[in-house]
Amino acid sequence: MGTAALHFKKPKNEVFDATTAVTRMPDDSVLIHADRRDSEGRLVHYRVLNELIRKLILEGEKRIIIEGVTGHRYIAATANRKDVYIEIFGTPGNNLGAFLDGPTIEVFGNAQDQTGNTMNSGKIIVHGNAWDVTGLAARGGTILIKGNTGYRVGIHMKEYSGTKPSIVVGGTAKDYLGEYMAGGTLVILNRKGDSERSPIGLSVGAGIHGGKILVHGKVERHQLGPGATLGPLTGEDVPELEHLIQEFEEAFKVQVPRDWESYVKIVPLSSRPFSGHYDPTSI
Amino acid sequence: MSSQTSTRKRQELEAPERYRPVVDHELCKRCKKCVNECSYRALEFVDGVVKSAGGCVACGRCINVCPAHCIEIRQVPSQFPPHANFNERVRRGIMSQASTGGVLLTSCGTDVPYPVMFDDILLDAAQVTNPSIDPLREPVETVTFLGGRKGRLEVKGNGRLYMEKDPGPVIAMDMPIMIGHISLGSVSYNAQKALFQAAQELNILAGSGEGGLHKDFYPYANNVVSEIASGRFGVTGDYLKRTAAVEIKIGQGAKPGHGGHLPGEKVSALISETRMIPLGTDALSPYPHHDIYSIEDLQQLISVVKESTEYKVPVGVKIAAVHNVGAIASGIVRAGADFITIDGFRGGTGSTPRIIRDHVGLPIEVAISVVDQRLTAEGLRNRVTVCAGGSIRSSADMVKAIALGADVIMTCTAAMVAMGCRVCQQCHRGICSWGIATQREELVARLDPEVASARVVRLFRAWNEELKEILGAMGIDSVESLVGNRDRLRYFGPNSKIAEIMDVKHVGEGWG
Repeated sequence: MGTAALHFKKPKNEVFDATTAVTRMPDDSVLIHADRRDSEGRLVHYRVLNELIRKLILEGEKRIIIEGVTGHRYIAATANRKDVYIEIFGTPGNNLGAFLDGPTIEVFGNAQDQTGNTMNSGKIIVHGNAWDVTGLAARGGTILIKGNTGYRVGIHMKEYSGTKPSIVVGGTAKDYLGEYMAGGTLVILNRKGDSERSPIGLSVGAGIHGGKILVHGKVERHQLGPGATLGPLTGEDVPELEHLIQEFEEAFKVQVPRDWESYVKIVPLSSRPFSGHYDPTSI
Repeated sequence: MSSQTSTRKRQELEAPERYRPVVDHELCKRCKKCVNECSYRALEFVDGVVKSAGGCVACGRCINVCPAHCIEIRQVPSQFPPHANFNERVRRGIMSQASTGGVLLTSCGTDVPYPVMFDDILLDAAQVTNPSIDPLREPVETVTFLGGRKGRLEVKGNGRLYMEKDPGPVIAMDMPIMIGHISLGSVSYNAQKALFQAAQELNILAGSGEGGLHKDFYPYANNVVSEIASGRFGVTGDYLKRTAAVEIKIGQGAKPGHGGHLPGEKVSALISETRMIPLGTDALSPYPHHDIYSIEDLQQLISVVKESTEYKVPVGVKIAAVHNVGAIASGIVRAGADFITIDGFRGGTGSTPRIIRDHVGLPIEVAISVVDQRLTAEGLRNRVTVCAGGSIRSSADMVKAIALGADVIMTCTAAMVAMGCRVCQQCHRGICSWGIATQREELVARLDPEVASARVVRLFRAWNEELKEILGAMGIDSVESLVGNRDRLRYFGPNSKIAEIMDVKHVGEGWG
């Protein structure tokens, strides 16, 4: 029987220390060179990078720029200061901004899976695509994606007592969008799509019992999952949509048309989708 | 079909009652306490006397409050014609479902009389060749550590012991007992407070359940294991960092593969605030975690939790015992978990479909041994703490579970019974007359957290004393030496195949 290699062994990293990996910029921001390699040619480990980010935030840094990010996971997990702004160049790995509570993260590139996992507040801006399970179980904050997004986005987002999560996607989304959704707003802008092809996949809003999904373009009833239904935009949706679109336009410096009549709203049939499913009789 | 028809039919075909409170009218003081206290409305005061109103669940609250001691709950003899195959339970289920068309709900651990292997195991004791120890006069250690055990202890030439720099966080508990995960929502504020208070006093751990951690309970956080389940209720960075350990819940013994469902009527302001979910809507925990479809995905969630807690607390994974539990446990350890919790199929719950509770999973006795054997064979056992629960009813079950291979036992129902629960299996209805499994303020007020907590403390202290007694009798001076010590167990049951699988010798087999 062999013994497997130990996980989570703290990686050695000779060159990556605060003195060589961090440059103070003229505008008082700090630049982290995440593309540094150690003497054996290994990339900076995510543990080392994240520890450095935590240290810088703790020291009161407000603007942190990370360049050369190559799939580093869990960046800024649980970061919780509202005045912190993190700029990422490259491709951050999975779980970017997990449990995020306040800061703004801007990615100049694509994000991978589980971006904004169980996010509490703050903002994540992705100048590219953000893939599967983006915004999983988020209960606050905003995620803006310029490009497309993948499967199961916005699953189990929920709102409570004044906090409300929003995700705005510039392009398209895949299946199971807003599954189990219990609150918040998902917007699919479908900026480059044609009106003939639906920008979302199948089983949309399966088990949805709160919140709404606003889709610019064609949605057919067969695309909806159990518990979801289609409804027209109402008076209160337009100001909210206007606000989110403005945020999107500001973030990406683009123009989005205000053709409200092209939007379809997906909403829950009930806030108690399974109330009749069970028999509580004591036998 | 109109609903009126079905209501009518239901009334016509209602199943006969199972329990009936019988009042001795000569002794009765007509104080009506029992009528007022019965949250199931099974008693009424009519024509100057207390009468049974039907729907009694034998929770025993009326007996407890009656100042004249004049109430007795009788089990109504079966009103069904005898049939061993279509027994009363089967027929009641059919009748109820024919009326409601729903999935039958129930709570607590399964009451189906499956064989209990704990009851088929006998313990060894020290005689002549190895002396027994008197735990009242000699030290018998029950301190138990929960956490990863990575790194090696090295003995250098100078005779000194060296540890790897960062062996990872561990928690020392005074006894190998963990109060399992019981969420605020499934139980009341007072019940959870009592459990946390007891855990603090005993210096053991108690699980938060998937309900977040109420801010009033922050003083107990050093004795709380916070849970991340598929609904991510109440999970914030602060919640993860505050508690002693974090457990990712994949499954629960009473409902393997099933999610959670807290009905909207139980989502009060208190629950909404703690779970961070909308008031009055159903709190649905998805069946799987939607970011975990593989061991590699699990590794990511473990890693993100470790990053989030800055590697300061142990991170574990809880699974329901299922057929392939050994391989799954191996994957969990390789994914970096510091502890692994296995929940057997007889484990309790505040609500589960009866079909799952009664028919899915693996008994904990077998699961513990299988996991211990598999991890040992793969050279992984020394890296993790194994916690095991799923109907640990007594200190005897605890001793046997540890000897089968668990480091820590997890129990919930025993703590509930200590607080007043009578295991009437009505938790899912949310009107627990003892103030435990309910959110109704007037019922919650019935449970005094101080009294309840003291009872839990006494129970587990007694169990720990019994553990010491049995360790002493076996000639073992530390509970850690009992872990996985299956040589000190003998199987005395009907099925030697089970003994073989559990790696326990049959009674009569020696080793010399």
